[in-house]
Amino acid sequence: MARVLINVPPKVRRGEPFQVKTLINHVMEPGFRPGPDGKTIPRDIITSMTCKYNGEEVFRADLYPATAANPFITFFTIATESGKLEFAWTGDNGFAETATAAITVE
Amino acid sequence: MNVRGKAKLLAALGVAACAIAPLRAADIPLDQRKSGYDMMSPDTRAMQDDDTANPATFSVLDGAALWERKDGAAQKSCADCHGDGETAMKGVAARYPAFDTKRNRAVDLAARVNICRTDHQKASPFPAEDKDLVALAAYIGRQSRGMPISPPENMQAVIAQGREIYERRQGQLNLSCAQCHDDNWGRKLAGSVVPQAHPTGYPLYRLEWQAVGSLQRRLRNCMIGIRAAAYDPGSPESIALEAFLMWRARGMKVETPAVRP
Repeated sequence: MARVLINVPPKVRRGEPFQVKTLINHVMEPGFRPGPDGKTIPRDIITSMTCKYNGEEVFRADLYPATAANPFITFFTIATESGKLEFAWTGDNGFAETATAAITVE
Repeated sequence: MNVRGKAKLLAALGVAACAIAPLRAADIPLDQRKSGYDMMSPDTRAMQDDDTANPATFSVLDGAALWERKDGAAQKSCADCHGDGETAMKGVAARYPAFDTKRNRAVDLAARVNICRTDHQKASPFPAEDKDLVALAAYIGRQSRGMPISPPENMQAVIAQGREIYERRQGQLNLSCAQCHDDNWGRKLAGSVVPQAHPTGYPLYRLEWQAVGSLQRRLRNCMIGIRAAAYDPGSPESIALEAFLMWRARGMKVETPAVRP
């Protein structure tokens, strides 16, 4: 059960940059560690994260096995119009998670 | 005897006094106590300060869901007896471990949750350090955030036993807890700051674990560090040590769920 926490300011001024903070619950198992039985635990990571702002992609990240559990990804983008930020994460074993956040531009 | 002679004698006595003085570490004065929070990096502090950046929030949310989940043969949830967790559990974690007069022993919060499970929910107890048990403890602990740690009056005997363990040298390295955490706090051990060991934020998210864990898990790490046999989870020794550490941190604010390196 993956879950997501998104933190964006509720209101921003037009043309100004604002910070988007995202946290997702995921083990990020790198695939190199031996388990209690001595066998290697298979890799299970998030491989990609994207953010669309009113349908337009404004941020993309590729993730690799060295990323710690529960990836915390933040970035800045510029406020253009009020609307919706859509986040999507994809990963190993068919992992897919989405989230949205509303933004009001004044 | 001239003045110089007196000074020499006093110096000699001083050396003798030092040699025979007990090696017991002095308690940290109450106003000089510092939470591990005060010693960590600004980045790690920022993680703890913002609930949406603190990965332990997921554990608290899990705990909130478990609070409402009906379980066991009795098909009861925690909420069926206690009501709303956010009001009913306010301040509870700040007084644990507590003395259970019915069982005539001290119990910590995890043991209390398991007693409720077996006695009232008629469910099997969670194994030690189980994800759900830690989540419930994190949820309950969260309701005391910002409140002062206030150990109960009737815990004195258990606290005294905990102090004895805390000050006893043990393990292959022959170290006591006090030698690091009372005598050498603030200095470095393998690049990391030695904290004062105040358990203000448990269960907490430890970056090294990449997970939320209990105080007993943390104590186990320290015991392995000094090459000593770790106490069994839930054993009287580990609860006594936990009770002493909470007493030692009395009056400090609960930070649950904290973040630590």
